[in-house]
Amino acid sequence: MSTEIMMPQLGESVVEGTVEKWLKAVGDPIERFEPLVEISTDKVVTEIPSPAAGVLLAIHVAEGQTVAKGTLLAVIGESEPTPLTEPPVPQPATQDVPQQTATPPTSHQSNGWHVTPVVARMAAEHQLDLTQIHGSGRGGRVTKKDVEAWLAGRHPPSVSTSDEPQPWDTPGSGSLFRPSEEYAQPKPAPAGNMGAEHGLPLPSASPAAPLRLHPVEPVPQAADGELVPLSPMRRAIAERMVVSEHTAPHVTTVFEVDMTRVLAHRDAHQAGFAQQGVNLTLTAYFVAAAAEALRATPALNTEWRDDGMYHHRRIHVGIAVALEEGLIVPVIRDANERNLLGVARAVNDVAARARSKQLQPDEVRGGTFTITNHGVSGSLFATPIIQQPQVGILGVGVMEQRVKVIEGMIAIRPCAYVSLTFDHRAADGATADSFMLVFKRAIESWEA
Amino acid sequence: MAEVTLIEAIRQAMDEELASDPRVFVVGEDVGPRGGVFRATQGLYEKYGADRIIDTPLAELSLVAVGIGSALADLRPVCEIQFADFIFPAFNQIVSEAARMYYRTNGSWCVPMVIRAPYGGGIGGGLYHSQSVEAYFAHVPGLKIVVPSTPYDAKGLLKSAIHDPNPVIMFEPKKGYRAIKGDVPDGEYTVPIGPARIAREGRDVSVFAYGMMAHYTVEAASRLATEGIDAEVIDLRTLLPVDKAAILESIKKTGKALIVHEDTRTMGYGAEVAAVLADEGFEYLDAPVRRLTGLDVPGVPFSHPMQDYFMPNPDKIAAAIRELAEY
Repeated sequence: MSTEIMMPQLGESVVEGTVEKWLKAVGDPIERFEPLVEISTDKVVTEIPSPAAGVLLAIHVAEGQTVAKGTLLAVIGESEPTPLTEPPVPQPATQDVPQQTATPPTSHQSNGWHVTPVVARMAAEHQLDLTQIHGSGRGGRVTKKDVEAWLAGRHPPSVSTSDEPQPWDTPGSGSLFRPSEEYAQPKPAPAGNMGAEHGLPLPSASPAAPLRLHPVEPVPQAADGELVPLSPMRRAIAERMVVSEHTAPHVTTVFEVDMTRVLAHRDAHQAGFAQQGVNLTLTAYFVAAAAEALRATPALNTEWRDDGMYHHRRIHVGIAVALEEGLIVPVIRDANERNLLGVARAVNDVAARARSKQLQPDEVRGGTFTITNHGVSGSLFATPIIQQPQVGILGVGVMEQRVKVIEGMIAIRPCAYVSLTFDHRAADGATADSFMLVFKRAIESWEA
Repeated sequence: MAEVTLIEAIRQAMDEELASDPRVFVVGEDVGPRGGVFRATQGLYEKYGADRIIDTPLAELSLVAVGIGSALADLRPVCEIQFADFIFPAFNQIVSEAARMYYRTNGSWCVPMVIRAPYGGGIGGGLYHSQSVEAYFAHVPGLKIVVPSTPYDAKGLLKSAIHDPNPVIMFEPKKGYRAIKGDVPDGEYTVPIGPARIAREGRDVSVFAYGMMAHYTVEAASRLATEGIDAEVIDLRTLLPVDKAAILESIKKTGKALIVHEDTRTMGYGAEVAAVLADEGFEYLDAPVRRLTGLDVPGVPFSHPMQDYFMPNPDKIAAAIRELAEY
């Protein structure tokens, strides 16, 4: 019995997904609910758990491929993938040949077909047939350098060279049948087909990745640079930034806030919050203050539409979280209805799950306003780009001790610059500044 | 910048620390007026007096115990074990007391003590003056073990060891005390305990070594360069904690690993390096992990031909690298 894994629908309007990374290889045992594959949409990267326990029998969609929802991704079964991975063996002429094939592999074979871990891994990653590569190691062994040299001379990669429909374009049963003639015939004995003889999970021997032969191309001239393909997230960020810059006339106003009272409050309450499992961060104060300012300035909690300004009744504040591969903006819903503990808990939760790729697509939608805390990387102040169709984004700069003149005396105070970038179609400077005054007052008069 | 010997760099480190911190003192056998059997403390007795350069009887247990007690009283002892071969009477003090103090007092007490011990063969010292004992101590959580191979590292690591709030053992390759020379900067500097050092960059084979063997390996690698074999030499220099990152980074590049030490083979330090490679570097291996070590005999032999047969040397190292490169 086997279980078919299909591309899930990762959100209401999401119809396709990209296989970012297989967390298991063909042949690996897997537990139920154990992470199997990372799938990305243009919004999130999320881990898909296995729906069943067993062995990963086949992978039908390679990393980096984008396929429609419902497409067969992989098959999980209960036993070793014997029937799936062994290509049909031609009828042997004599009786001793099958015996030889059935002999378990020994670690040192005199014919040179000794595959080291690094070579096995590279072969699996690049879907190589090692019998095609000249071995320069001892006894004709294919070394890591042989594989590297072969890869350097090969282009384009075998997976995308064919015009025929790829298996993942054929949703449904998963019975990916190909006539045996399409597989390269194993070399005459004793070399044999390495994958089969050694029981290694080499995709070259799997029907999912039919083996194709390629003459070694001439080595191309080494380039001065390297073209790195765009991840779905990078592409989505790029498109949105360009659209926003071209759509909204951005204007930025900068205020300075004194953080003394917020810090005092945090010092007094951090331990208490920690007892309730909440790490009280400054971001929580910024979200709470922004929610209050939005309530006082509804003109900034709006959406620009061609037929009018849509005023949101509810306040959903997005917070930008930097990830290794880009940026994601999970949303704190009804931020104005939560107390500081609730805001802090929500900030902790979405930030942690953003970094561990556990966010659901719907959790990064529906924001009515955005905060970006660029100060964490030392930035003084910035002019961020508005997330369309919102009309404002608040940037928080680094907090540092500054010398201030207060009532004729010199004092040292923890201060930060905050900037509000707003859509000048929707609001004017006076509106933006009144928002900022409420925000500033909220921060500076925080009740201990 | 001046070129000094390994032993002079060690003497300088102690001299400077004695001068800058009144809590530092040296304790050991013959370290006083005689200046140590290897002259590591030469001139220090005259400069700092009998209260800070303290001669002890032939009693390693006691001199290490004095170190532990005075370290607990916030002094900074530097204990010299005359030969690493003689450290075993103090084994219980080091393992059961010094290494555990911080742990068993939940961080309330620590033992800021340094033990210096010359180790290694190739000097015709026979069974009682040639042993490598690092593996016994590298097995003990709570200790830090450093083995410098250059004057720069020896001075910088010894200073770091004296500043360290917990016990550090520095094993010094005594064959190199005067044979190894190198530049040492004039001003104050330290070498952090922990990171390994790439002694020679290469692409074909990684060789992990320390102490005298790091020098022999660099020599072997230079020779092999003329044959077109490009070996990378990692001077581990801190044995505990293990610099896994440096080990794995190198294997990712070369795919082949040789470990060289003069200590005997079975359960030696190379076994741990090999285990790290097998455990965390498996997918990068393009050849079996090999060790070139002293032979499994109860002591470095006294007879010169037998000592040569026992010890790794540049010829043997070159042959082992060549074999891996061809694998």
